[in-house]
Amino acid sequence: MAAITLKDINKRYGDGFHAVKDVSLDIADGEFVILVGPSGCGKSTLLRMIVGLEDITSGELRIGDQRVNEKAPRDRNLSMVFQNYALYPHLTVYENIAFPLRLAKTPDKEIDERVRRASDLLELNEHLERKPANLSGGQRQRVAMGRAIVREAQAFLFDEPLSNLDAKLRGQMRTEISRLQKRLGITTVYVTHDQVEAMTLGDRVVVLRRGVIQQVATPRELYENPVNLFVAGFIGSPPMNFISATVTGDSLHTPFGEWKLPSSRTVDLSGHEVVLLGARPEAFEDASVVSDTVREHGVVFDATIDVIEWLGNEQYAYVPYEAPEDIRAQLAELERELDSEALRTQLVVALDASSRIPEGTPASIWLDLRRVHVFDPESGENLTVSALAQRGEAEPNQPAATGDGRRPAPGPGTTDQPATASGSATESGEAPATS
Amino acid sequence: MDENQLSRGTKAWWWVAGVVVIVYALFPVAWIVSLSFKTPSDLATLQFLPTNWVWDNYDNILRGDAQDLFLSALRNSVGISLIATFISVVLATFAAYAIARLDFPGKRLILTTALAVAIFPVISIVTPLFNLWRNIGLYDTWPGLIIPYLSLTLPISIWTLSAFFRQIPWELEQAAQVDGATTWQAFRKVIVPLATPGVFTTAIISFFIAWNDFVYGISLTSTEAARPVPAALAFFTGASQFEEPTGAIAAAAVVVTIPVVILVLLFQRRIVSGLTQGAVKG
Repeated sequence: MAAITLKDINKRYGDGFHAVKDVSLDIADGEFVILVGPSGCGKSTLLRMIVGLEDITSGELRIGDQRVNEKAPRDRNLSMVFQNYALYPHLTVYENIAFPLRLAKTPDKEIDERVRRASDLLELNEHLERKPANLSGGQRQRVAMGRAIVREAQAFLFDEPLSNLDAKLRGQMRTEISRLQKRLGITTVYVTHDQVEAMTLGDRVVVLRRGVIQQVATPRELYENPVNLFVAGFIGSPPMNFISATVTGDSLHTPFGEWKLPSSRTVDLSGHEVVLLGARPEAFEDASVVSDTVREHGVVFDATIDVIEWLGNEQYAYVPYEAPEDIRAQLAELERELDSEALRTQLVVALDASSRIPEGTPASIWLDLRRVHVFDPESGENLTVSALAQRGEAEPNQPAATGDGRRPAPGPGTTDQPATASGSATESGEAPATS
Repeated sequence: MDENQLSRGTKAWWWVAGVVVIVYALFPVAWIVSLSFKTPSDLATLQFLPTNWVWDNYDNILRGDAQDLFLSALRNSVGISLIATFISVVLATFAAYAIARLDFPGKRLILTTALAVAIFPVISIVTPLFNLWRNIGLYDTWPGLIIPYLSLTLPISIWTLSAFFRQIPWELEQAAQVDGATTWQAFRKVIVPLATPGVFTTAIISFFIAWNDFVYGISLTSTEAARPVPAALAFFTGASQFEEPTGAIAAAAVVVTIPVVILVLLFQRRIVSGLTQGAVKG
């Protein structure tokens, strides 16, 4: 077990493609770190550089207190689970798991002990004499994990280990991996493009974009205080809504009306003509179900919902709207980067399951302004997070950060609706559950 | 009706077609076997089965007059073919591995050259080779045949094996390296076992090519020091100069067919495809 330290790591391929750019990262001993990003962001390359299957162009990689840049994979004492498991088809499950020990010339008796222990842990006992070809996907996955844990490796590396499993099995194996890691307490680096895996498994999540680290933070911090448009759009499902707004003084003119941010969320808007407002679907609500105590923290606007998806515990409503051409182009570009395609500009609104708003009719929707982020459309920077950081109210990248600026705001009237009750400290409590 | 099941009519036609093909392919073999058991006087009778079944022809080539000619030729053929096959498979394994795995300049050149060599007609090389071998002392020696045989077997071996190696997922090797193997260990413990069916297939093809060669065999040898069986058959003589050695040739042909048949039967089980199934996701 050891800490892994990456310092200014770069990867440039022979054809000049710069896959990983100046990545610096400290992974503490026993920590579970997730590398996440859309395809082609360099996450797998980074993992393969850690394990030694890919040369490091420049920078320094340390495992424990040793520089390992020049070491071959076999000398780094790491174990890896490959995306397609890479089991040895000519060997039985037992021999597959024993393979690293056999290479290390471990005595037979110890091999047997350790393989049995690993197979107990992974419930592979009745399959030990079978060949990988006769196993199901989940069983193969467990064999691959067995091969990884049988050795006392310094760290585990996972390269999208669950992407070949069906949805149900993926959920189970995710919990299994989490349990195993907590039990063994081994430093783990896990690559995925699935943000659910990223949010649920990791102590810390590293978001990569085109080989550059965007943000390193706890899942909660990433969700609540994304540092830029990319992270905001990538983390969360359905994704964050982005609404363009023109700035006049300190009021924001949006397609849904004139809004003013509460003092807890104020940012310096001078110098910006247009900004993007980001709001998670759950920051919205059916105005009729919002309690009076929190109503004044937001705005109510009328919009026509064209489609509603009812999921039982909540429902998603889709509100199409017109956005200026350049903003639309920019959002489309962002979507493309996130491996999806924007067909139209629309709001995705999470409504309470009890809400009875019918499709296709104008409805009153409430938006909690305390949970709105302001983004600079050019740089993509989250102005709210930087403003909060300056005021010391949020501490980005701190695990325990709860300071998301949602404090009672007895400031100037910020709502279009008449305020009914005085400000209260009620939190809206819709933050994602932590793993 | 099940889609996978052929209708009765179709099935019958397949049987008929199959029988026709088998008869077409095996009738000459059966004819040779029958000839080998005939007495010289029986040879011209044009009847399929011998009137008297005799072992004279076999006796002749294995113990009688033709013994020297045949047995030494058999020894040469077996030795030369096995050595050529062995060298060819070992060289081709390494070459194919490099071609399948490594990125190096001239990779395509090697493959195209190999193909070009294979396409080149043997008969056009044999005369210059004859002169060259005479000058450098390789004429009528085992190496003098092994080297040309390599030129026949290597191209096809490299092509078949590199196709096999390409099927083996690269991750397996990387997994082995992460598990603590050196490149050589990863090759020996993971790649070679997986490539075994490919290696056996290639070995058998190479052996057949070497075993069946006639042009090099007859042109580059002059004595029983190196003359292989196909060439030796041409030197059989009858009991008198007016008698054709048909029976002896037939018997020798049967004898040289036997190792080939045994080889195929032996390795039939090793030539199983789909061994890599289960290495990666199903």
